[in-house]
Amino acid sequence: MKNLILIATLTLSTVFASGQTRAIPSVDLVDIDGNSFNTSEILNDGKPILINFWATWCSPCKRELNNIAEVYEEWVEETGVVVYAVSIDDARNAPKVKPYVDGVAWDYKVLLDVNSDFRRQLGVVNVPHSFLVDKNGKIVHQHTSYQEGDEIELYEKIKKLANGEVID
Amino acid sequence: MLKHKQLLLILSIFFLTNVLHSQNVFQEVAKDPLEIHGNFNLNSQYYLTDSVIAAPTVAEKFLINGYANVIATKGAFSAGARYESYENALLGFDPRYKGSGFPYRYFSFDNKGLNVTVGNFYEQFGTGMLLRSYEERDLGLDNAMDGIRVKYDFGNGIRVKGLVGRQRYFFAKGDGIVRAIDGEVNLNEAIGGWKDNKLKLLVGANFVSKYQEDNNPDLVLPENVGAYSGRITARYANFSLTGEYAYKENDPSADNSNIYKPGQGLFLSASYSQKGFGINLSAKHIDNMSFRSDRTEGFNNLTINYLPALTKQHTYNLAATLYPYATQPTGEVAFQGDIVFRLKKKTWYGGKYGTRILINSSLAYGLDSTGINDQNTTRQGYSAKFFSPGSQAYFQDINISLERKLNKTFKVKAMYMNMMVNNLITRYGGLNGSFGGKIYADIAVLDVMYKIRPKHALRAEFQALWSDQDMGDWGTMVLEYTYSPHWFVAIIDQYNYGNKVEKNQIHYPYGTFGYINGGNRVSLGFGRQKAGLFCVGGVCRVVPASNGLTITVTSSF
Repeated sequence: MKNLILIATLTLSTVFASGQTRAIPSVDLVDIDGNSFNTSEILNDGKPILINFWATWCSPCKRELNNIAEVYEEWVEETGVVVYAVSIDDARNAPKVKPYVDGVAWDYKVLLDVNSDFRRQLGVVNVPHSFLVDKNGKIVHQHTSYQEGDEIELYEKIKKLANGEVID
Repeated sequence: MLKHKQLLLILSIFFLTNVLHSQNVFQEVAKDPLEIHGNFNLNSQYYLTDSVIAAPTVAEKFLINGYANVIATKGAFSAGARYESYENALLGFDPRYKGSGFPYRYFSFDNKGLNVTVGNFYEQFGTGMLLRSYEERDLGLDNAMDGIRVKYDFGNGIRVKGLVGRQRYFFAKGDGIVRAIDGEVNLNEAIGGWKDNKLKLLVGANFVSKYQEDNNPDLVLPENVGAYSGRITARYANFSLTGEYAYKENDPSADNSNIYKPGQGLFLSASYSQKGFGINLSAKHIDNMSFRSDRTEGFNNLTINYLPALTKQHTYNLAATLYPYATQPTGEVAFQGDIVFRLKKKTWYGGKYGTRILINSSLAYGLDSTGINDQNTTRQGYSAKFFSPGSQAYFQDINISLERKLNKTFKVKAMYMNMMVNNLITRYGGLNGSFGGKIYADIAVLDVMYKIRPKHALRAEFQALWSDQDMGDWGTMVLEYTYSPHWFVAIIDQYNYGNKVEKNQIHYPYGTFGYINGGNRVSLGFGRQKAGLFCVGGVCRVVPASNGLTITVTSSF
């Protein structure tokens, strides 16, 4: 076991020392219309991307996405950002995701991660959890949980990304 | 538990791939950067004795659950492991989670449509009615497969998956072997000229088989049990329809008292939605569908399939943790309707910012069945009519919630629900012991958000539950102050003011505060927590009452 810890530590230190970049992992999901969708297709022509993990049973998640929905049009106009809302609802609630999303009139791209495969690859412990992706398709920022007003700071970062600036 | 030689072998293979250049896939991979990511989660509690709430005495005083996942990827290659530690497991978790180790590790690669995973993996076929291996770490549920999985994507809408493995059983593996294959065809992609067809069709089928030695001295048990299912998803414009039917061969088990009756299940779901309105209607019939890789097991252990409850997953504490419903895998017929719509903004009825309305109702019944007295002959146990609700109601719930932003500083949510749970079936044990009969309750919630400044908010929740049965009336109040994006503090008090037993009219005060930064979150809590059911996806864990200090750390990197 000591060997393993040693290997892990060495690997971690070399990776962190060499400057970490993080690509979006490739996972097979379905989109809200039931079409198969691989997460490597999460693209936005060099403009920023917000990947947000949520669930229909998660109050803060819905509060966050409903708050962003109020200003989303503005965000898109100013920065070209696109939001991918990844639902981790399992078979119990997955059939209710599309009626919910349409019912509250979100304009996001919505993906279904029914067995938490994408969530696992991105190391998400609890929802909500969001990731920001830069023009090169690299994840450059993440944030766990949601508190009223978090979208203000999030949008500052999105604007920086849209201008090609470095965040964090 | 994982032998550490095995892990070293896997890691060696993985690192060797860095230096292999003989094949194309390796050449491509050599150019990709090595990335290492993962997460860490720690839940711990220092327990105080509290005889008032009948909190169990904890000999160790301090208990801790912790784990870390590490995933290394280099292009098409990926390897990962999870270290878990329970020294000892928190109250409410199965004490067989004891000690530390690497119960999860895998290696996988993708090569032109072929995906191979060796080691541990999670998988789901269709709705999971026959196969779902998954993890709910907060429930202590993890039925990960340990074996081999191969997936192949033909690239024309046809996909197949096959797997062989044994399931995780705490720090060991279950007795039975699971073999399974699944195929799915997207007809719009597979059939030439169907691509732009307005009707979208997806069909799938799977076969799942388990093997377990028969060492029962009294009965001749089937060592191989097969099960098969078919599914379809059809969409046309704003309508969609999903269905799955599953059939399981005779599978005598502890769950069904060793009867030889085959099992069957049907799930149907229909939706219609357009911008501002969505409706979903679902129904299911479950008859003798408990399916485990060890026929002697119970609780949430070694389940091969997933049978979620067809009820709303509530979020407010009193609605979520006192009387939630979990599927009765031995048999039930259930229905659910769910409507979501938005009242237009800037109207007299919708208000300045619009109003969201959610209406939901669910009903679950026992099977319409007749007992057969054949214990010593055919052992069928009973016969049941297909898709016919029996006379026994198990659960019912009707609820409505409204959400409206009043102005720039105030937002309100209100929820009302009326529910019934048949405690002869669900057997919840409260402070008064298990109530034998139907529990009826009305629950009302008012949730008010006051935005003091753009990043400062105060939220208050007022919840009430009224019931003439079991523990009687409850009230809950939550006050939460958040300072975005880093700080939060909250206090909650739950009060069982209407308990008929006067000494059980108890307050459960609890305070919590914490700090969030990026992918890290640390929180501290102190106080009493009531006994209740913690449920995810209709699977529940009983949490005993406790008093003490909790420390939680999560980190994603």
